[in-house]
Amino acid sequence: MNIVVCVKQVPDTWAEKKLSDSDKTVDREGVEGVMNELDEYAVEEALRIKEASGGEVTVLTMGPEKAVETIRKALSMGADQAVHLVDSGLHGSDALTTSYALAKALETIPHDLVILGVESTDARMSVIPAMLAERTGAAQLTFARKVEVGDGTVKIERQTDTGYDVVEAATPAIVSVVEKINEPRYPSFKGIMAAKKKPLTTLTLGDAGIESEKVGLAGSGSSVAEFSARPPKQAGQVVKDEGDGGSKLAEFLASQKLV
Amino acid sequence: MSHRLSDEHEALRKSVEEFARDVVAPQAEHADRTGEFPYDVIRQMGEMGLFGLPFPEEYSGMGGDFLALCLAIEELGRVDSSVAITLEAAVGLGSMPIYRFGTDEQKKEWLPALCRGEALAAFGLTEPGGGSDAGNPRTRAVLDGEEWVINGSKAFITNAGTDISNLVTVLCRTGDRADGKPELTSIMVPLPQPGFSASNKYDKVGWHASDTRQLSFDNCRVPAANVLGDRGRGYAQFLSTLDEGRIAISALAVGLAQGCVDESVRYAKEREAFGAPIGSYQAVAFRIADMETRTYVARCAYRDACDRMLAGEPFKREAAIAKLYSSTIAVDNARDATQVFGGYGFMNEYAVARHWRDAKILEIGEGTSEIQRMLIARDLGL
Repeated sequence: MNIVVCVKQVPDTWAEKKLSDSDKTVDREGVEGVMNELDEYAVEEALRIKEASGGEVTVLTMGPEKAVETIRKALSMGADQAVHLVDSGLHGSDALTTSYALAKALETIPHDLVILGVESTDARMSVIPAMLAERTGAAQLTFARKVEVGDGTVKIERQTDTGYDVVEAATPAIVSVVEKINEPRYPSFKGIMAAKKKPLTTLTLGDAGIESEKVGLAGSGSSVAEFSARPPKQAGQVVKDEGDGGSKLAEFLASQKLV
Repeated sequence: MSHRLSDEHEALRKSVEEFARDVVAPQAEHADRTGEFPYDVIRQMGEMGLFGLPFPEEYSGMGGDFLALCLAIEELGRVDSSVAITLEAAVGLGSMPIYRFGTDEQKKEWLPALCRGEALAAFGLTEPGGGSDAGNPRTRAVLDGEEWVINGSKAFITNAGTDISNLVTVLCRTGDRADGKPELTSIMVPLPQPGFSASNKYDKVGWHASDTRQLSFDNCRVPAANVLGDRGRGYAQFLSTLDEGRIAISALAVGLAQGCVDESVRYAKEREAFGAPIGSYQAVAFRIADMETRTYVARCAYRDACDRMLAGEPFKREAAIAKLYSSTIAVDNARDATQVFGGYGFMNEYAVARHWRDAKILEIGEGTSEIQRMLIARDLGL
């Protein structure tokens, strides 16, 4: 089974994130870039499927030149090759236009399965997997905490608030994964050395047949009107234990979907 | 000459940095408190290939070099010295002599499991009666037919008593040379072995989760073929092992020094006194600036020594300088970091308190600061 894993470079999870004043997009220059954490789980899952049943794993990234660092990491983990969609015309693309660009790029890579993290830690919209499925006509299997591949089929356990649903579809399919699914590996030195020699294809808008007016800041249907700094933390809620402290705590945890 | 890392070395450093932050650091306090050997961390380090970093792929190694090993040790040392010394001793003292001096058969037999971190090897050099005077051991091995019979004891040996320890190479007196000095031979003792026993773990000041024991050999018999390399070469073998080892220990010291900077910077931004973060006061900020400066210089020193070694140039003096300086500044940084933390720095649950306890041994192990000064002075013709 040939798998494409979509990975995104995001500002370091531990760093203070900023929007640039000029065009109100995420400032990616000032902070260190890392692979979106959930995408590490997607890469790991693809590698496990490949190790169990063969096939090739291709990494697909849309992002500026700098995003090649993240591609290298995915290749060091064990992916076979990579495609980097990089073009200044893509700057400022919103979720809708990003899904269009990714879908066009996917057309250049033969595949049975696409795996992504459920969301990126910078935008956190969690819509790309569904949009990609819609655009490519592939089955949509989201929030997977377990993936099983069969002959031309994929079955997942779809995480819900109260448990999980079992969902099965024929390939091609788009699968998004949650962090419960596995424990991503750390690149070994051998993997890092091998990554240098793996094929990396660069695509521009023209190469992927992407119409330039449909992407980027201008092509996006949504835009950031204004933004402000996060308000300071509010004082917490105090619960007085009048014999029912335990159940009040449980209610709070349930309301936050922590239990 | 530049000590900027290549892309590949930087990627490895980053990979180990993330592993150290996400996997090693969260268990460090528990392991320090209980003294439990971190088998699960060691297993994951094995899967990452850290135990095989400087060895060729034919022995299940990673095909990297000694710098790659040092980078891994440094990054682990930033958060947990016990884990870092376990790697340093396993590779630098356990596997490296086999790789450097062993026969083809010995390498094929022992290195693959060691490189994968499934087994740990130890090196038995120091004795209860002498550390710096290592060329004069009392442990004896006598050939009896086709077997060596070993009697004696070794002290402060790392990695010989874990559940996965499968080999200890022991420096033994096997006779006397014509010049009156003892003939020294390294003999490989597979574990477990009748006649071999490891004491309970020492009650140490630091490095609590590292496995350190006294070893006893009481008519311990191993095949005559278990000589590592050639008979009578033991002295030269361990001298060269220790030269390299100094660079690796220096990397560990730099890691600890950096860990003290990391912790201090974070705390100085968070902790407020007199209405402002303590890092806004020069008394604290300048102290941390000095810590960072020392760490940077020490890092340059060990990487330069490593460069020379990898280029096949003489590196004895530089390795001694790196070991002497980095261990000294590790102790300095640990003391200063605890001062930045104030009362909390004296609490065992804080990383800086652990660094403080872990730092001191760096001025003693694998050649004391006095021995380093002696080596440097001698090299200057004094």
